[in-house]
Amino acid sequence: MKKVITGDHAVAIGAKLSRVEVVPAYPITPQTLIIEHIADFVNDGEMDAKFLTMESEHSVMSAAAAAEAAGARVFTATSSQGLAFMHEMVYATAPLRLPVVMANANRTLGAPPGIWCEYNDSMGVRDSGWLQVYVEDNQEALDMVIQAYRIAEDKRVLLPVMPCLDGFVLTHTVEPVDIPDQRDVDSFLPPYKPDVILDPARPAMIGTFMPAEYIMEMRRQTAGAVESAKKVVKEINDDFAKRFGRDYGGLIDTYRTDDAEVALVTMGTVTSTSRQIVDELRNEGKKVGIVKLRFFRPFPSEDLRKVLAGMQAVGVVDRSLSFIGGGQAFNEVRSALYGLTIPVIDNLAGLGGRDVTEKQIRKMFELTIRAAKGEKVNAINWHNTRGEVV
Amino acid sequence: MKLKDLPDENLFVCGHTACPGCGVALSIRNAIRILGKDTSVYVPASCAVVFGSTYPYGAWKVPFFHTAFENTGACLAGMQAAFEKKGKKVTSVGFAGDGGTYDIGIQSMSGAAERNDDIIYICVDNEAYMNTGIQRSGGTPFGAWTTTTPVGSKVQGNRTFKKNLGEIVAAHEIPYYATLSIGHPLDFIKKVEKAKSIKGFRFLHMFTPCVPGWKIDPAKTIAVTKLAVESGMWTLYEVENGVKKVTYKPGKMKRVKDYLMMQGRFRHMSEEDIKTLQGWVCRKWNLHYKEKGAPEICEIELPEEHHAVTEEHREMHGP
Repeated sequence: MKKVITGDHAVAIGAKLSRVEVVPAYPITPQTLIIEHIADFVNDGEMDAKFLTMESEHSVMSAAAAAEAAGARVFTATSSQGLAFMHEMVYATAPLRLPVVMANANRTLGAPPGIWCEYNDSMGVRDSGWLQVYVEDNQEALDMVIQAYRIAEDKRVLLPVMPCLDGFVLTHTVEPVDIPDQRDVDSFLPPYKPDVILDPARPAMIGTFMPAEYIMEMRRQTAGAVESAKKVVKEINDDFAKRFGRDYGGLIDTYRTDDAEVALVTMGTVTSTSRQIVDELRNEGKKVGIVKLRFFRPFPSEDLRKVLAGMQAVGVVDRSLSFIGGGQAFNEVRSALYGLTIPVIDNLAGLGGRDVTEKQIRKMFELTIRAAKGEKVNAINWHNTRGEVV
Repeated sequence: MKLKDLPDENLFVCGHTACPGCGVALSIRNAIRILGKDTSVYVPASCAVVFGSTYPYGAWKVPFFHTAFENTGACLAGMQAAFEKKGKKVTSVGFAGDGGTYDIGIQSMSGAAERNDDIIYICVDNEAYMNTGIQRSGGTPFGAWTTTTPVGSKVQGNRTFKKNLGEIVAAHEIPYYATLSIGHPLDFIKKVEKAKSIKGFRFLHMFTPCVPGWKIDPAKTIAVTKLAVESGMWTLYEVENGVKKVTYKPGKMKRVKDYLMMQGRFRHMSEEDIKTLQGWVCRKWNLHYKEKGAPEICEIELPEEHHAVTEEHREMHGP
């Protein structure tokens, strides 16, 4: 059934279809619509879940971790300052192998305070052991909540997953979305059956203090789980595609890269705009394509290398800044291509929620094409920004 | 339940690494014995995490969960929601310290209290951050030495009074709040049992001496606890559905100085500071114990002999 809904609404429906059992919630723009929709579902009897109105995001993730440890399937959503406030608990969830799913509506993390799309909130927890997937449209937002549970609860992974959607650009914008049938979702996503939980019949201690003699092994296990998620994400993507007819490509997706000489690596909604520009440039005879970086954790180094190895130059779009020069995506893509002699340039755009326009994306391609021709191009390029960087 | 009826089986077992005479370990062991097997425990950052659950050892025979410091109320809420959703009859119980309750955890505790979550929140109050090495908390009494309220040449010890947590918790209009002392086992058992039988947010506030933090003789934990009650520094009462009831009234008020002299943390206190603290205790005493029409306790002259150092003090520090 198709419905014209916001990204937040799509995420809430995804949680409902996943038969989530406990939802600790706290409002924050632009995520709030998600928990409002879920509250409606619960109070209307459409969703059989415990909805907990917590007093802060820190408590949200605390309750989420504890409910998950006690054996329930848990969902919540947050954004920006909220994600920062629960930072400590985000780090507590992954090593304890608690497969919580939490949507993050990407928003500027202040200062300066702002409510529009920037990735500096979720990038701050990229090293917490959570898996992160950045979606392009409302359909993908809904589908990835459902897929997130299959990935998170897979015994080879057992890690929390964070579907990230662009604040306002998706969260508050309506698009037609195909709502999967509950029976189809049920056969795709079986109930959560964890091995070790808080259960007086089989008492376990979860989260004990740990001396240095053991912590390193635990870190290695978490790292191993993130690594094995690469395979699981692809398997589940393929299974989902077979059942629902929507194939997202796995860790990355590509657009017109087969014979491309130049590629732009994009995340989130910037990808849609970029597809348009690729078509235009192709009409002008330029061999360009896009790599959509979907999962930031696990980071698809091998997949990127495979697709980008034949390119003459690669451009990256970053919607957040790492203060070692450029954005996080740029630095990690460059690491993935280490040893190859392909020029990689970064495009900082849309920080603080500024529109990333067709004109800017065309400029990004032009810069990358110039780099491909061997011209000297700056590695870090700020787009549509007043003044010069000193 | 009578003392002799206490179950033999410990659910918090030997081999934990708490200090000899630890008030927290004693309180945990006895509380969990009374609460029984169908209990799931959350312990926030505290000594209790270290001495009861340092991998690969564990002293808990009931499910145990730990993540952070300030989230006892929230973790219990989440845990209990999962049990309810799964249709399991399990009592979710937290053991948080005074720092984890009075200070950093008060927001999370208040949230759980206000929602009337069906959990038992136990505060094991040893009046300072002991796990990090004796720093002042909102539960530290006036005059006490801690490493962040040192005895200097200009300022001596803690200059503020112990926060009235009981009033704050009870103001949430919860079904049950009670203060407990391990020096008063019958009262202790009764309150833990009562808490177990009630639904909703229940708060048990336990007075738990800390041997290194209070600088006391490990053999004197119970004696110190008793004197805390006899002097009025700790009062035993409960608030059930808004009705406050004193559960133990000391026969005759002992001077606070007697209590202070048993403990190294108060040894430096000037006569003036002791007088100030005695005034605070008297107000508390009157609030809890004074019957209508009876004279205020501070109008009563306390016996002179109590001004002298006590036996305990002599034992520890010489004449």
